[in-house]
Parts: sequence; structure tokens; C-alpha cells
Amino acid sequence: MNELPVDFDRDTFQLPEEPHHPEGSSTMLGFWLYLMSDCLIFAMLFATYGVLGTSYAGGPGPKELFELPLVALNTAMLLFSSITYGFAMLAMTDGKKGATQGWLAITGLFGLAFLGIEMYEFAHLIMEGAGPQRSAFLSSFFILVGTHGLHVTFGIIWLVTLMVQVQQKGLIAANQRRLMCLSLFWHFLDVIWIGVFTFVYLMGMLR
Amino acid sequence: MAQPDSLSPLNVSPIFGRFTLDALPLHEPIVVTTFAVVALGGAALIAALTYFKLWGYLWKEWFTTVDHKKIGIMYMILGIIMLLRGFADAIMMRLQQAMAFGGSEGYLNAHHYDQIFTAHGVIMIFFVAMPIVTGLMNYVVPLQIGARDVSFPFLNNFSFWMTAAGAAIVMMSLFVGEFSQTGWLAMPPLSGISYSPGVGVDYYIWALQIAGVGTLLSGVNLIATIVKMRAPGMRMMKMPIFCWTALCTNILIVAAFPVLTAVLALLSLDRYVGTAFFTNTLGGNPMMYVNLIWIWGHPEVYILILPMFGVFSEVVSTFSGKRLFGYTSMVYATLVITILAYLVWLHHFFTMGSGASVNSFFGITTMIISIPTGAKIFNWLFTMYRGRVRFELPMMWAIAFMITFTLGGMTGVLLAVPPADFVLHNSLFLVAHFHNVIIGGVLFGAFAAINYWWPKAFGFKLDTKWGKRSFWLWVVGFYFAFMPLYVLGLMGVTRRLRTFDDPSLQIWFLIAGFGAFLVALGIAAMLMQFFVSVRDRKQLVDTTGDPWNGRTLEWATSSPPPDYNFAFTPVVHDSDAWWDMKARGYKRPEHGFAAIHMPSNTAAGIILAGLSVAFGVGMIWYLWWLAGLSFLGIIAVSIAHTFNYKRDFYIPKEEVVAQEEGRTRLLSEAVA
Amino acid sequence: MARPFPLLRQLRPALRFVPVIGLAALLSGCDMVVLNPMGDVAQQQRNLLVFALALMLLIVIPVIALIGIFAWKYRADNKDAAYDPDWDHSTMLELVIWSAPLLIVICLGAATWTGTHLLDPYRPIERISKGEPVAADVKPLEVQVVALDWKWLFIYPEYGFATVNELAAPVDRPIKFRLTSSSVMNAFYVPTLVGMIYTMPSMETQLHAVINEPGDYAGFSSNYSGAGFSGMRFRFYGMDQAGFDQWVARNQTADGALTRASYLKLEKPTENVPVMRFGEVAPNLFDLVVNHCVKPGDVCMSDMMKMDRGDPSSMDDESGMSMPMGRRPEEPLNGADAGEGPPRSPADADNRSRPSPGALAIPSTRNK
Repeated sequence: MNELPVDFDRDTFQLPEEPHHPEGSSTMLGFWLYLMSDCLIFAMLFATYGVLGTSYAGGPGPKELFELPLVALNTAMLLFSSITYGFAMLAMTDGKKGATQGWLAITGLFGLAFLGIEMYEFAHLIMEGAGPQRSAFLSSFFILVGTHGLHVTFGIIWLVTLMVQVQQKGLIAANQRRLMCLSLFWHFLDVIWIGVFTFVYLMGMLR
Repeated sequence: MAQPDSLSPLNVSPIFGRFTLDALPLHEPIVVTTFAVVALGGAALIAALTYFKLWGYLWKEWFTTVDHKKIGIMYMILGIIMLLRGFADAIMMRLQQAMAFGGSEGYLNAHHYDQIFTAHGVIMIFFVAMPIVTGLMNYVVPLQIGARDVSFPFLNNFSFWMTAAGAAIVMMSLFVGEFSQTGWLAMPPLSGISYSPGVGVDYYIWALQIAGVGTLLSGVNLIATIVKMRAPGMRMMKMPIFCWTALCTNILIVAAFPVLTAVLALLSLDRYVGTAFFTNTLGGNPMMYVNLIWIWGHPEVYILILPMFGVFSEVVSTFSGKRLFGYTSMVYATLVITILAYLVWLHHFFTMGSGASVNSFFGITTMIISIPTGAKIFNWLFTMYRGRVRFELPMMWAIAFMITFTLGGMTGVLLAVPPADFVLHNSLFLVAHFHNVIIGGVLFGAFAAINYWWPKAFGFKLDTKWGKRSFWLWVVGFYFAFMPLYVLGLMGVTRRLRTFDDPSLQIWFLIAGFGAFLVALGIAAMLMQFFVSVRDRKQLVDTTGDPWNGRTLEWATSSPPPDYNFAFTPVVHDSDAWWDMKARGYKRPEHGFAAIHMPSNTAAGIILAGLSVAFGVGMIWYLWWLAGLSFLGIIAVSIAHTFNYKRDFYIPKEEVVAQEEGRTRLLSEAVA
Repeated sequence: MARPFPLLRQLRPALRFVPVIGLAALLSGCDMVVLNPMGDVAQQQRNLLVFALALMLLIVIPVIALIGIFAWKYRADNKDAAYDPDWDHSTMLELVIWSAPLLIVICLGAATWTGTHLLDPYRPIERISKGEPVAADVKPLEVQVVALDWKWLFIYPEYGFATVNELAAPVDRPIKFRLTSSSVMNAFYVPTLVGMIYTMPSMETQLHAVINEPGDYAGFSSNYSGAGFSGMRFRFYGMDQAGFDQWVARNQTADGALTRASYLKLEKPTENVPVMRFGEVAPNLFDLVVNHCVKPGDVCMSDMMKMDRGDPSSMDDESGMSMPMGRRPEEPLNGADAGEGPPRSPADADNRSRPSPGALAIPSTRNK
């Protein structure tokens, strides 16, 4: 009882007035919890890759398949998109709608470039006969990288939606909160990608 | 890789996918009869709803509601309806196993029987226990922490409908096509496309994936609610124990269900795309599936039991008229169980040939879980000590639980000893054990909770005469049904058998069948209890809002609570907040009310869930057009939903005043 | 207490005796094979089970008694009992309620650790029964077990014959089972002999046992494997040496030959299969089954593994989850195992107890 905030008398059992609950006060926590659960999905896929990643079934391994320069370019695209998203957030806190939209658009373009390169890589692998059906290694490679790509795709759809909403309603509190969530999501995908790049591509080449 | 033509997802009719009229089980008289009954019942229900013009009411007040109380009630209704389905499966199995001796094939063929035991497990865990647990937490947690609703009310509605959508898909499999015949965890290679080419496993996958979305989001929602929405003064160590167990359960949900999502996604890729995750060849590893699914599966059993530990803590303390003994150790016991839940999964397959050190490690961690669990039992025991124990229905269930669960826990520790597990794994001893803890723990807990909180939810108590009948039938029936299975397990009888050759076993199956019959009567008595109570609601009415001399905040408001739960946000000084308020002469305010800010209803949840069912059906039957269209629909509706910025409204002051004055009147009448 | 039914009330005097007499009659009539096994390993497993049960009853019986006593003593209408509504803590009691289970778990944990190691299915038999070690010159009887859909194939490499759904072993001679499965997971279980172990496709598990009493015992699959699962039963005969020799001779002179072609026929799903005998068995058939290359022309998984490792940078064998995969023939489980000498054939050496990568050249069951 002694640790109660001082403004509550021991015999006060209710607030005299409705407290001001800032709208969406739990949103960031809730979204963060969702991201952690998503992170676990990726953890499972990483684990799957860890178990199956050397089961080539007599087929090609990472050395024959991966082209590091391409992947490095891809990584750069995603990293740049995170930086530009950061600029969008800075513009948002300054209340500059136009700048925010501009940076968001650039972020989206980087995201699209990332996806384009990834799709090129996938198509190339499948044409070479190294599709996800070829071996457990390739199955786990495609699911891990593909799931990340799917997330980026949804991120871009979300980004476009938010741009429309910012255009319509401006940088109101609800939109700022949504931009914050997308920001978390976008940087989260970046972190996952760094894991993919290191664990799948770099370590694959070192094997 | 080329697949056999008949199985290839690409080589199907563009319009009907792999659906043909043969998929309708017209040649199975049992299924046709069931379908006729369900169809007639459904038609009668729809006719009645139309006749009494209830559709608008249901849509406005229930289907689109974001009120955590109504959503909680809908979860409970879903759980109880699915309990009837799951129990029908159980009694069919009992009948088959009691009959199929001495060359008799019983009355079920393998195709049918294997679906039944799979469906029984899936339904009882995912669509009975989970909805009941989630429903209870949904209903009770915001009231106990003095909140107006959960953190994300729309998400709550969406979660419910996704769970219901999963249940709908399972039910559909009964009449269109078939359900999985793999056992409830669908272990590959058996569940792979080579050995299960039909739609059964796909029904299983999509029902679980869709319901899993709902479960996960409801977990996120309740954690945020408990962390962010507690009434002023309610520090973590002043939360009611039920909220603590709910918090831990939802942490487990958020940390375990993604694993299930991932592993089922991998299985579906194996089935649909031809990847090699769990195949026998091309480097696939079926043991990885077994590991991954149990990394979800073991925490799952704690997801189910922890909230019930919370229920029993509330019930034992309330009906002993005494503070809970060892609140702090109860909290830490819960936390320890939460963490250890992740360190024991391998005990489900000691017999897969792991090394002795690995097996012993997981065996010993499993035993360690029994320490905090034992501490909990002692805490309840010492809560009764020097109390004034009132044997109302919830308390009767609590006592039955304590005895039954102690036995079940003991057999669980036996199975945790790897060499003992070598002789008892997969046996009916194991079946008896997990029914002993799930029925004795989760279901008894659910019944205690229903009897305990029913007056809060509906404003009248449940009838005790039928309640006691149901109690005795259930408890006695449980012992008759499952003690013989322990014996059979020691006789070396394994699970999931359809026919038997040793005639000396039959008597035990007959006894178990008799037990199942008693449980059926217990369920009937429970439904009768609900019916009689609704009929006699005037006599059973609770005007005080506090029918049991309760201890926590939910008893501070009216029964049923108003939409806004509390006219004024409560301030909390003690873990037994309402007990403390009563002890200090709290007086309910009768004026000074103001308008209250509340979330508005929305139809987006039920629409998204409906589209998800369509998507699931499209995927199951290879109806690619349906799957594609409904997927686009899901995205479109989700985006459209985000354009709705008006998600709240104010309950006008006059309405609050009218509501509260009504309560003032009721209370003064009760005193007079 | 409400009485469920008037009928039950009338029957109550009679019903009272049903549990006592009925239970006694029932329990004496049934054969609890798990509690009364005839093999030494199963007996030790039983002993551990009974020990664990007794240890836990030390705490479970008092707890259940206390639940009853407290519930009765502190019932609301017993006004004589003390009532202390705010008493909710006692450090002493808390100490007891946490340490009592802890002590039990420490004892049980110690027994579990030693028991699990001593009774590890991979550990060769060291004693025939209590106080009777295996003689130094005795070689265990090797039986290769293949779980098929839905029957059991037993190959006796020492004698060069195979049976379906009939297993026999001489009394008091250690048996070494090597087990695999052709399609889906099963578990090999002869309750009277030894605890079960999974049989898994593309993998090999092992089990060691000894039977001490001659007799006719039940064996079956104890892991659900599909439609014909209920019919996956077989008989296990414990025999004296003379009887076993006769049985061996009978099988060796049986007409059938289990060639690779006839294995592929046998492998096809069938239910409730009667006993079959094959006087001849294709060489290395078991290893071919484990490596998915019974069909002539299929590339064995072991060879595929070699190809994968041909990539010099490829990791040798990633440590996966704690599965039998961790165990390779070249890394014997313990000292006793090391005495077995080097693997007999290259196929053996590569025959990982884990699903090894196959190749595209190996047709999976899918594109048959």
C-alpha cells in the first residue's frame, strides 16, 4: 500500500473523472508483440535451413548457385530503403507532408528494386533446375528467402496504402502511428535480411 | 518434380478443382443421417431466427460487436457446440473399441474410424479447449483489471471469427470430402501427399492455419490489455491470479503459435508445391516435423491449463472466504511453468531413438515442472486451511479437480521417466494420462468457471440441482471411462487401434464405454442445467452483482455488467481489490456520471473470416479461382477497413445515468 | 450430494460391491504384461516404473488425503473450526511445499539419469538377468526389422532367411534389432520383451533385448501408421535352443525367396497378413531398404551423401536435433559397441541413422 502513487488516498476507490486514455496507446506494444511472433516464424525457417541446409540430394550447393555481387546489390537496396524510411519519419516528425510522401515513395521504389532482383534470382535458379523441389536445401532456401520477400511485398502494399491515407488525411495522429508501425516492420525486415545475407549467402559461400 | 496425375494440383478441373460428387459421402449411412439431423436443425434454427426477426439483432449486437464480454460469450458458445461434436466422436470410438473383438470389425471401417480419432483430438484441443480458454480470458480479464474493453477491440472480434472460421472448415469436412486420417498432429510422412493424397490433411491444415491467426492475434491483444490497461494502483503483483495466468498463457500463445504456423506452412508446401522438407527422400527430414510440432505442442498444453489454474485460485479463495495462500509463490510458480514449458518438448518422443543423455535431460526438466505445479496444489490446499469452505458448484469442481489432477500429474511424471515411457508411450496409459489432466484440469476448470462467472455474465445463477447431477455424472463417468485405460495401458494395449484380438481386453473397454455413457448424461444434464436456469432466471436472479461474496473487481459492477463495465475507473489498493473495498466500507457513487468513450462495432471481422473460409475451401479443393479471388478479397477488405478512421463513440451521459440509476434501484430493493 | 438417478439409488447396495469384487476379479484375470514381463530389459523398465510410482505416492497420497480432510474440516457449517480469513503466508510452509516436491524430483531425477543410460535401447545387452552377465563369447542374435504397410518383415542375416509377422529368439541370448520402415513411421513393440522404439523410413534405429522365458507373446506396431495399422500384429516366440534351431531350419527350408523384386511386391500395402517365410534373402536387403535403393537402378542415399560430401567445403553432417542421426556407425555409442569392429561394407559405413539426402535420380514415392 505504501507504494501507491501519492495522489490516491487509501480510501479512494475510483477516479473522479474519466482518465484521458490517449487513443492507440497500446498500439506500439501490440505491434511489437506481433513482430516478435513474426520473428519466431523466421526463427523456425532459419532453424529449418540450419537442419536441411546441407542436404543437397546430389544437387547443386550454395557455391554453384549463389551470385554474391547480385545479393550484395540486393542487400544495398534494402538497406537504402531503411535509411530513406528513416528520412520519411524525420520529415513526419517535422510535420512536412510533402517530404514524408517523397521519402516514402523512394523507400517503395527501393523495395520494388529489391523484390525485382530477388525475383530475377529465383527465376534464374528455377531455370537452372534448382527450384524448391530439387532438394531439401533448396526447399529451405526458397522458403526462408521467399517468406522474407513476401513480407517486403506486403510492406510495399501497406506503404502505398499509407501514402494514400496521408494524402487524404494528412499527418494526423492516427496516420503517424501507422507510419511508426510500418517503420518498425520495415526495419524488422532489414534485420531479418541481414540474418539471411549472413547465414544463408555468406556462410553458404564459406562452406 | 512430376507428381502422379491424380494428385497434381495443376491437373484438375479449372472450375471444380478436385471436387466431384464422389466427395459427398452419400454411401455412408452414419454421415448421411448426421447430415440430415444437422441440416434439419440448422434449417429450424434459421427459420426461427427469421420468424422472430432476430437476424438484425444478432448482426448488430453480437456478430459485429467489439464488446469483450459478448465476444467472450460467443467463444464459450462455440466451445460448447464443438464439445458436442468432439464428444460424439469420442462416444463413437468407445463404441467401436467395445465391439471390435474376436474377429468382429465393429461398425466403423478404417477410413471412418481414423478420421474420427483425428477429428476428436483436433476438435477437442483447437475448437473446444482453446475457445473456452480464450473466451474466459476475454470475458474476465478486462473486468478484473478494471478496464472498459481490451486494447484492440476490432482485433478481438476478428480473432473470434477466425477461430469460428476454422471450426466451420472442420465441420465442413464431415459432409464434403473427408477429414485427415493421420492423428491430431498430422505427422509426416503419413501426412505427406504420397500417403495422404486426399483432401483430409488439407482440411486439417487450413482449419488450423485460419484458426491460428485468430488465436495469435487474441494472444497479442490480451497481453497488451494486461500490460497497458490495468486500473490505477494495480501493480503487477496486485493483479488477480487469473490475470497472471492469462498473461502467461498469452505469452505462451504468442511464443508458440508462430511455430505451428511455420510448421504447417512447410507441410503444406510439401503437399502443394512438392518441396522436400519432411519427405523420405531428397534430404527431407520427418523428424524435424515431430520436433517442431511438439515445440508448439507442449506449450499448448500449458496454454490450456494455466488459465484454469487461475480459475481454481479464484474459486478456492472465494469459496473458502479467505485470501489465496502464497500469492507470490503462485505467481512465480506460474512464471516458472511458462518458461519450462519450452524445455520439455522432447518427452513426447523419447522412443524416437535420441541418446540417453538427451532423453534424461528432457525427462528431468519435465519432472521439474511438477515442482511449481505441486506448489500450486499445496497453495490451494492451504487456502482451504482455516477457511470457511462453501461447497457451491464451482468449489465442487475445484475439489474434483485437485484430486483428479494430482493423479493425472503423477502418471505424467511416470511417463517422463524415459525407460518407463519406452513401455507406456503411445499406449492407452498415455491416453488415460492426458485425458486425466485435460478433462480433470481444463474441462473441470471450464465448468467451475462457467458456474462461477455465469451470474456475472447473465445476471442469474445456474441451477444447482442439475448442476450437481451434471457434476456427479461427469466425475464418476470420467473415472469409469479412463481408469480402465490405465489398466489397458499396463496390459500393453496401444492407442488408435480399431480392432482387437485378445478377448480378455473387452471387459475394460466395456467399462470405459459405460463411463463415456455417464459423461454423455453429464453433458445432457449440463445442457439441462442451462435450460432450467434460463427458464427459472427470475428465481435465480442476482441483483447484487456479487453473488458469491467475491474478492476481485468483476464483482464490483452489476450482473451483467454495463457495456462500459465500470461507470468510474476503479482505483486498486490490494490484490483482492473488491474484498478490500468491501472491508473498507466502499460506497457506490450514485451521481457524477459522465459520457464514456467506447469503441464502435464493425463488420470487417466477420467479412474477413468469411473470405478466409472461402480461401481455405479454395485451397483444399484446388479451386484456384476461388482461392485467388478470396485472397484478393481479404486484402481489399483489410485495406478498406484501414480507411475507416471513425472507430469510437461516446455513450451519452444520460444513458450512463439511466443504467446506473437502474442499478441503484435494484440494489436498494435487494437490501429492502 | 445429489443423487443422479432414482434407479441408481435403488441399486446402491448392490453397486457398492461391484467395485470391490469386480475390480479384484478383473485385475486378477488380466495379464498386465507391462508389470509382469519376461525379458530382462522390460523387467528393469518395469522396476523403474514401480520405483517412480512408489516415490510419488509418498507425496500424492498425503496430498489427496489432506484435500479431503481440509475440505471436510473447514466446511462452512463447521463453526468449531478456526477461521483466519487474512492468513495467506507462512515462510515455513512455503519452504516445505517447494522443497518436498523438489526432494522427490531429485531422487527421481537421479534414478532417471542412471536408468535412462542403463536402459538405452542402443546399449548392447550386458546381462541376461539379474546377476547373470552375458558370457564373453556370446554373439547377439541380429534381427533386421522392416515395418511395411502393414506388416512386419524380420530378416535373420545370421541364418539367411526372413519371415513376415513371426519373430522368434532363443531364451537368454541377447538380441540386437536393427530397425527401419519402408514408408511411414511405426513403432516396434513386444511388451514382454523390451520397450518400444520407432521405426522410420530412410533411418535406422536399434534396440537390444533378451527374453528369459519361453512362450508365445504378442508384438505389434504402437505408432499409428494408416488404414491397416490395427492389423500390424505378430507373434513373438521365446524358445529354448533346440526349439529355436528347429524353427530356424523350418524357415531356412521354406520355399519362398525374398529377392529385391519380391521385396518390392511385398512392400505394397496389404492388411492382416498371415505369417510368411522366405528361405532366402537378397544380400544386404536391409541396407538397401534403409537407403531407398531396393529397386535396381536407384541410387542409394549413402552414395548420394558421398556425392554431397564430394563438395569438399560441404559440412560433413550438421548436428541436427537430438535424434538417432547423431549416431553414426563409426562413432559407437559406448565401449561395448566399439568391440564390434569396422562396418562390414561401405554401404554400412555410410548408412546413417538419419534421413540422408537422396538424389533426383531416386524416384520418390511421389513420381512412381
